[in-house]
Parts: sequence; C-alpha cells; structure tokens
Amino acid sequence: MKHPLTEYIGREFMSLTEMLGAATLMFKSVIFWLFRSRFEWRETIKQSVTLGVDSLTVTALTSFFTGMVLSLQTGQSSKNLFNEPLYVGTMVAFSMLKELGPVLTSVVVAGRAGAVVTAEIGTMKVTEQIDALYTLGTNPTRYLLVPRYIAFMITLPLLTVFADFLGIMGGCLVAVVKLGVPASVYMGDIYTYLEITDFMHGFLKTFFFAFMIATVSCYKGLNTKGGAEGVGKATTEAVVASMVLVMVLDYFISAMLVAVGI
Amino acid sequence: MIEIRKLNKAFGEKVILRDISVDIKEGELFSVIGPSGIGKSTFIKCLIRLLKPESGQILVDGQDIASTNNEFTLAKVRRSFGYLFQEGALFDSLTVMENIAFGLKYLTDIPKSEYPRIVKEKLALVGLKDVEQLKPSELSVGMKKRVSLARSVAAEPKYMLYDEPTTGLDPVTTGMVKDLITDMRDKLNITSVVVTHDLKLALEISTRVAMLFGGEFVEVGEPAKFRRSENKAVKEFMEISDLSRK
Repeated sequence: MKHPLTEYIGREFMSLTEMLGAATLMFKSVIFWLFRSRFEWRETIKQSVTLGVDSLTVTALTSFFTGMVLSLQTGQSSKNLFNEPLYVGTMVAFSMLKELGPVLTSVVVAGRAGAVVTAEIGTMKVTEQIDALYTLGTNPTRYLLVPRYIAFMITLPLLTVFADFLGIMGGCLVAVVKLGVPASVYMGDIYTYLEITDFMHGFLKTFFFAFMIATVSCYKGLNTKGGAEGVGKATTEAVVASMVLVMVLDYFISAMLVAVGI
Repeated sequence: MIEIRKLNKAFGEKVILRDISVDIKEGELFSVIGPSGIGKSTFIKCLIRLLKPESGQILVDGQDIASTNNEFTLAKVRRSFGYLFQEGALFDSLTVMENIAFGLKYLTDIPKSEYPRIVKEKLALVGLKDVEQLKPSELSVGMKKRVSLARSVAAEPKYMLYDEPTTGLDPVTTGMVKDLITDMRDKLNITSVVVTHDLKLALEISTRVAMLFGGEFVEVGEPAKFRRSENKAVKEFMEISDLSRK
C-alpha cells in the first residue's frame, strides 16, 4: 500500500525533475537562438537598461546601509576587544567584495528585475502574445529570452561593482564620522590587505547568479497558467526560488572558487 | 490546400480531438462550430502547430507539419498563415504601428520605409485611422480586434485562421468583423478557417461548416445541408442557437 508521505515526496520529486528538465531544454534553446538568425540588439539594450535602472535605487540603498552597519559593528567589536577600531576598511571591503555585494545585489535583482521579467512573460503567455510571436515569424526564445539572459548577465555584474563601491563608501562614512577612523587609514587598510582575487571572487559569482535568476524568471514566466492570478503566483514563485537558489548556489560557487584559488 | 489526416490531440488523459480528417480547399471559408470548451481553439492551434498533435498529419501545401520539430520548417510554413486571436493578442509594449509592422519585419523583405504606408493601408481596410501611435491599452475591445486583424493580414498570408472572431463584440462591430472576414476571402482570395460558437455567423459566411463534438466532426457540409442535418448534436446546437427554423 502506498504511504501518503512517500507518494507526496515521489510526486514532488517527479515535479522537480520535470522542471529541471524543462529549464535545461529552455536554456538549450537560448543557446541555439543566440548563435542563429539576427540578433535583437535593440531589445537587448532596452532590457539591459530597464533591468539596471529598475534595480539601481534599491541596490544603492541596500549596499550603502549594509556597508554602514558593517563598519559600525566591526568598529564597535574591535573597540570592545582592542580599545580602538582596527581594520574596519579591510573587514568592510572584504565582506562587501566577496559576499555581501554579489549576494545582496542578486537578491535585489531577483526581487525587482526578476519579478518584472516573470510578470511580463507570464502576462504575454496568458494573453496569447507568445503564440502571436510564433504566428508573426518570430521565435519567443530569440525575441524574449535571449535579450533577457544577456541583460541579466550584463547588469548584475555591473550593479555588483556599483554595490561594492557604495558599500565601501557607506562603511567609510561611518568609520570617519562615528568611529573616528581617518579616511586615509580606512582606505589604506583596503589597499594593504585586499587583493584583486578578493574582488574577482565576488565578481565571478554574479555571472552564475545572473544565469540562475534569468533561467528561473523566464521559465516561470513561460509556464504561467490561469490568467492574472496565475501571473501573480508565478511571479511570487520565481522571486522566492531565485532568492533561495542565490543563497544555495553562493556556498557551492564559493567553495569551487576557493578550491581553484580565487 | 490544408489536408488533415487522422488528427489526434489529448491533454493528459483527456482526448480533445479524435481521428479528425478533413480537406480545406483553396479559397474556401471553412468554419468549425461547437460549444465552448469542446476543442475548437485546440483544433485551430494544431493547424499552425502552436500545439503539437499526438498523431496524424497536417499537410499545408503538401508539407506535413504535424510531427516535425524543426523550428525552421515550422517557421517557413507559418509564414503562409495569419492568425486572429480570440483576445487580439496585441503586444502591450508596442504601439499600433509597431504591432502591425512587427509581421512585416519578420515575415517579409519589405523595406522599413514602406511600413507606415502599409500600416495605414491595413488600418483603413479594417475601418480605422489615426490610431498608429496609440498603445493597445488605449483601444476598445472592438478596435483591438480590428488592429489584430490588420496585423494578421499585413504580410498578406495565404491562409487566415480566426479564433472566435466575434466573441465579446457589440452587434455593430460583429457585423463589421463578419464583413471583414468575407472581404478577406473575396478581395484577397485568402483561404480561411473560422472557429466560433456563433452558429449564425458560421452559417452566413462559410462555404462549409463542421460541427466539433466529442472530439470528432459529427457533421461537415455546406450551410444549407448543415441546417438540414439529422445529427442529434447538431440539432441540439441549432435549437440552443434558435436557428432551427430560420
């Protein structure tokens, strides 16, 4: 006799593997169309600008305040232990460049731009606009997915660099104003103790995150069912899945990069 | 000519189309009627391979598109079709001009400089003017349908597929769309397939009418023959539509 729990686990497992298979096929189709037929330059630039601008303010606020709080906490802890705020710049920059910059920016992009992509493609799906693309001689993968994949791959790394910079500046502001660390000491700590590989570690991760967010957002959008309610559901699922996957992927990509010495 | 041979389509366990065979001849206006949810849209979507049938053949000018997965073959065959979607399916982010020019860009080699003239011409064909710069959200339901029709015929297709062309329209716009469908056939010699639950419309405009019921065409014939059908499903549908004595 089937146990309800094993039946549930089996069903969920089947559904997950089906989803992974379909997402892989979708990505295969993206690669196929990327190198064939004419490239949608205008749509790609439009998407890159939209995705970037959409996430810019939230990224700026998030990273600036994260840098500020990092600086405050590091400086205060250091003060408690050594009676003076030591290596504040190093700690802030290290945390921002390697982890917080890429991860926080990816979470913001998943929640802001990823949601827009899923909702847009999902609405097009339920209103038959995707079918209309086929009838008008265009493959939706080429017209919709390829430009969005490229847009994510361009904007997320750029936003991350922007977030790294703002985070470090936010940390510098607190270090100078609140902790009394001179800006030259704060910056000097960064230059002395950080290497280019620390930046590259975080920067390289963003390409994996961008790919993952694009895949989840586009997949959920293309598989939207059931009108406006379905669009809302797909959008929520895409955002939650992207955010969780960013965290999960972060560990494995970090471990891989550490293993290869980056 | 579109030749359909033993077409089968199912969603999971649910069989929608069962062994459907029919030929749609050049210049014909072929209508498929039946109650809502019976599979009419599924049938028309199979014809242009927006849905893949489980088995059977769909020969468009001799090219079978039912089983192929070759995107380029499908795209080539789809070039000869225009499709009027139930809700219009206009691209929300584009203006009326861009929507109509979309097909011209991807389906033809017409130079870009010609687009405004052609768009104006097609809009005039569907009784619209000075709407080129409007977005779909600024149009009424009837206008959307007419713009969608203009977009469908912009690249001058050989075949036109109409999915519930008059659903949600007021009587005046319904009459206008009806005239447009017959004009497309008479003036442009377009072979047309209409799926509708509007029996009156089907009997007025079609050269042949087919009734889809239980996954099969239970009756196929000219309107006059169709009215005299002894098939139970057809008679019931005629009675519900109040056309049995008209």
